[in-house]
Amino acid sequence: MKIKVAGETKEVKDGLTLTELIENEQVENPEYVTVSINEEFLERAQIAETVLKEGDDIEFLYFMGGGR
Amino acid sequence: MKVTIKKEDYEKLLEHAKSERPNEACGLVAGKDVDGERHIEKVYLLTNIDHTNEHFTIDPKEQLASIKDMRKEGLTPLGNWHSHPESPSRPSEEDKRLANDSRASYLILSLEDSENPVLNAFHIEGSDGEKTVRKEELIIV
Repeated sequence: MKIKVAGETKEVKDGLTLTELIENEQVENPEYVTVSINEEFLERAQIAETVLKEGDDIEFLYFMGGGR
Repeated sequence: MKVTIKKEDYEKLLEHAKSERPNEACGLVAGKDVDGERHIEKVYLLTNIDHTNEHFTIDPKEQLASIKDMRKEGLTPLGNWHSHPESPSRPSEEDKRLANDSRASYLILSLEDSENPVLNAFHIEGSDGEKTVRKEELIIV
């Protein structure tokens, strides 16, 4: 199936899980990454249970914050 | 790493940071990364959803919209910026702890001395407890 990852179309196996995609993409420090699929932000607990579908548009965003 | 920012963009950051005081202001920077030199061509002034003078968190929805805008304009995400209204232009312990993208430049604009604002850029990498910080050469052009 085809999905879009960070704006780039990719061919991946059917039934790919989000966890597998994070591993495949070698996302650095994934525990600090926010994931959106089709512009909907996922809760952290949803990441482990998400199976991707044809046409999904996935973005990995680093939490950006700090303090004085 | 050498980083350049246009004077007009620096002034946009400065004006926004001053207008957001006493709270911290924040946003993203984008441009071109050419042979190890980073040229900031666009700055994004985004919402600090913490709305305090002690912390910042960039609104993730605005962050996503900015990333899409960068792609549309053929720009590379180069990092983020935030202000320190009352402290120096250096990464705090919390800044270091929450800096988890080693590809990013982290710009910090200090308004501690409002007559003499200071903007620096930093590279931060490593895992929790073992973060290393390197100051980048920032030039306002």
